[in-house]
Amino acid sequence: MNNKKILIKLKNEYIGRTYAIICGLLIVILTFSMMFFIFSKGMNTFINDGASLKEFLFSSVWQPDSDTPKFGALIFIAGSTLVSIGAVVLSAPISVALAIFIHYISPKLGDRMLQPALELFVGIPSVVYGWIGFSVLLPFIKSGFGGIGFSMLAGILVLSVMILPTIASISADAVKVVPKNYLEASYGLGATRWQTISRVIVPAAKGGILTGIVLGLARAFGEALAVQMVIGNSIKFANGILSPTSTLTSILTMDMGNTVSGTPWNDALWSLALLLLVISFTFILIIRAIGKRGE
Amino acid sequence: MEIIKTKNLDLFYGKVQALKNINLNIEKNSVTALIGPSGCGKSTFLRTINRMNDLIDNVKITGEVLYEGQNIYSDYDVIELRKKIGMVFQKPNPFPMSIYDNVAYGPRVHGIKNKSRLDEIVERSLKGSVLWEEVKDRLNKSALGLSGGQQQRLCIARTLSVEPDVLLMDEPTSALDPISTLKIEELMDVLKKEYTVIIVTHNMQQAGRISDNTAFFLNGEIVESGNTENIFYKPLDKRTEDYITGRFG
Amino acid sequence: MDAKLKDKIWTIILYAISGFVVLLLLVLIIYILFKGRNFLSFSFLFGNPKVGEAGGGIAPMFFNSFYMLIVSLLITIPLGVGAGIFLAEYAKEGLLMNIVRLCIETLASLPSIVVGLFGLLVFVNMTHWGFTILSGAMAIAVLNFPALTRVSENAIRSAAESVKEASLGLGATPWQTISRVILPSAMPQILTGIILASGRIFGEAAALLFTAGMSAPPLHFDTISLIDKSSPFSLMRPAETLAVYIWKLNAEGMVPDASDIANKASAVLILMVLVFNVSARIIGSKIYNSYSGKK
Repeated sequence: MNNKKILIKLKNEYIGRTYAIICGLLIVILTFSMMFFIFSKGMNTFINDGASLKEFLFSSVWQPDSDTPKFGALIFIAGSTLVSIGAVVLSAPISVALAIFIHYISPKLGDRMLQPALELFVGIPSVVYGWIGFSVLLPFIKSGFGGIGFSMLAGILVLSVMILPTIASISADAVKVVPKNYLEASYGLGATRWQTISRVIVPAAKGGILTGIVLGLARAFGEALAVQMVIGNSIKFANGILSPTSTLTSILTMDMGNTVSGTPWNDALWSLALLLLVISFTFILIIRAIGKRGE
Repeated sequence: MEIIKTKNLDLFYGKVQALKNINLNIEKNSVTALIGPSGCGKSTFLRTINRMNDLIDNVKITGEVLYEGQNIYSDYDVIELRKKIGMVFQKPNPFPMSIYDNVAYGPRVHGIKNKSRLDEIVERSLKGSVLWEEVKDRLNKSALGLSGGQQQRLCIARTLSVEPDVLLMDEPTSALDPISTLKIEELMDVLKKEYTVIIVTHNMQQAGRISDNTAFFLNGEIVESGNTENIFYKPLDKRTEDYITGRFG
Repeated sequence: MDAKLKDKIWTIILYAISGFVVLLLLVLIIYILFKGRNFLSFSFLFGNPKVGEAGGGIAPMFFNSFYMLIVSLLITIPLGVGAGIFLAEYAKEGLLMNIVRLCIETLASLPSIVVGLFGLLVFVNMTHWGFTILSGAMAIAVLNFPALTRVSENAIRSAAESVKEASLGLGATPWQTISRVILPSAMPQILTGIILASGRIFGEAAALLFTAGMSAPPLHFDTISLIDKSSPFSLMRPAETLAVYIWKLNAEGMVPDASDIANKASAVLILMVLVFNVSARIIGSKIYNSYSGKK
């Protein structure tokens, strides 16, 4: 009788519960193993191949396949940073404008046209963005501004379109939850809608907007294929917005397939991947900190 | 003869004490009403009896709750307990399934698969909550299509399907219209022949109409309890008298 | 007066910006669909790619994209829903839950190229599988695990509210409550999330470059086996998907009509994503309607 009871309990509860718990733990295991594996692969450059962290972060001499390998990743760090910041500078104001439009200027149009439009923007695969950038934007830049078309400008433009929905939707959420009594107070004092928006709503929502911007920045930093297709992939600093350069993600995309595991070149690429991982994690911490500040 | 008895029951939500030294006896086959102002602990007390408070973190309980002489916390498996002590909630909460499946849920969950047995249980339970005649031709339709009063009677049928001894009702008519309320109040008279009913209500007229015994809760304590007529017409404590006559609450 | 004028001007600006964004989206989509309008030819959709000469098709890549989608969903859905159940019903507030949530945020914000590199490390090299569908599907599963967990958790929490107490009050166990009442209620929301994720998976490339590989051998549908490399259903064969193919065309361009093929392939990709998005919306509202009223 007791055995039957235990079997029933097993079927009704414990098998299911164990399954759910395993899935939950799997997330933790996956995250930690990802960090562990990439960390150990990435550290090889410093442990086995004798590079120093200082050289890695601050030197621009990148020759991991020469006889005396050099591992300066500054070019890529600079490339990623400049392109991402450029994209955010371009896209943030537009995103905030969209957010304001959706909730305060015309909610009907916002719901029916803008929200679906933003969802579709998100849905376009990054290869397609890269391809359109390559086939349309590059010739356009070339004919309009000279140069070879491949450029930081192309990277910035493509990225800004890609991160626009991210910043816009998070800003829209932030702008939506501004307390109604702020609005009533402002209107009650005779302020116009624009005055209320610019002096009350946007400042009140700045925590959320900031979160959206940081998230957009993080996405721009991590985007690989679209950037790689338009940035030119030349391993030198960009001397101007119209010249080509490389980013962390673009060099990884280009070279990982050409290297053999265990060689210094390959190790160096893994160190770049580790750097990307660290930067992503930093962004998360920043976002959490902003969130806490807001409370 | 008593079927439920609490001894020195205290309940804490974290540091806040919600129930203080509750000693109450519930007679078998009676209707007991728990009355008192909002937040006085009557629902909390009700939910202690079928251990629904287990669902909340931070709850600490001291004292004893005895069902048929056995301590429900140490001597009883909670699943078995809830088969014996059923609960009907304030807002009707039928499952998004057919009427049949709603009533058959309890028996199925406890292992009954035989279709004819289930059919019999469904019919008996729906008759027991005086809903059978109204729904017998549409057992396969969604329960969500019923009116509020019908949904609540469906929830009562659902509770009856596992053949409990005790029915706990947490303000079962407060979300219903007057006619549905009346139907359910009439139901209580029928139910108490087979079951023991404990009902929380903030509607004093209702308590006076349907219950045999009443307990008056205030700030987590029982101020006075006993035969309903006595409580309502000859209260011993001034606070009880004030509440009954509507001076507060 | 000045303030009112300003209000009008800004309103116009906001309308202009929003209109511009919607217009941009339309232009992008129409451009690709127009440029690739010839994709509806039998030789393109069902033909094999050619080497060195024009007129190749995308049949194997198209099939690979679908197959990859199905395999990765088969892995991700049980895990994501399981983890969602864990978070919604079994995890207690406290250290463990915080760790799990932090892990989800971390995994969710990883650049897809980093996930692809992790996949290379673990599912290609460490397991000695080489580039296979299975490796790619696992990488994609890692990519979508956090999103599906979030969708499941939210769906389960909202479905549970009214019915959980009733079920437990009848003496059901937590798992019985979940499997018999809550999950079925939560399914529409979860399903919508799955369909949206499918759109993303279909267009994914960065995570697949180094896991599923960049070769698409012609498929002969007469062998049916999960392991035999010559069978198109084999999980252990390399499988270049449509999105990866577009990237490769641009990177290596070994056929004279690479641009043309890329345009047509992009058109197909965008159409598939549109189909997934629209389906998600339709199914979402249909099931919602059928729920709040009838059965």
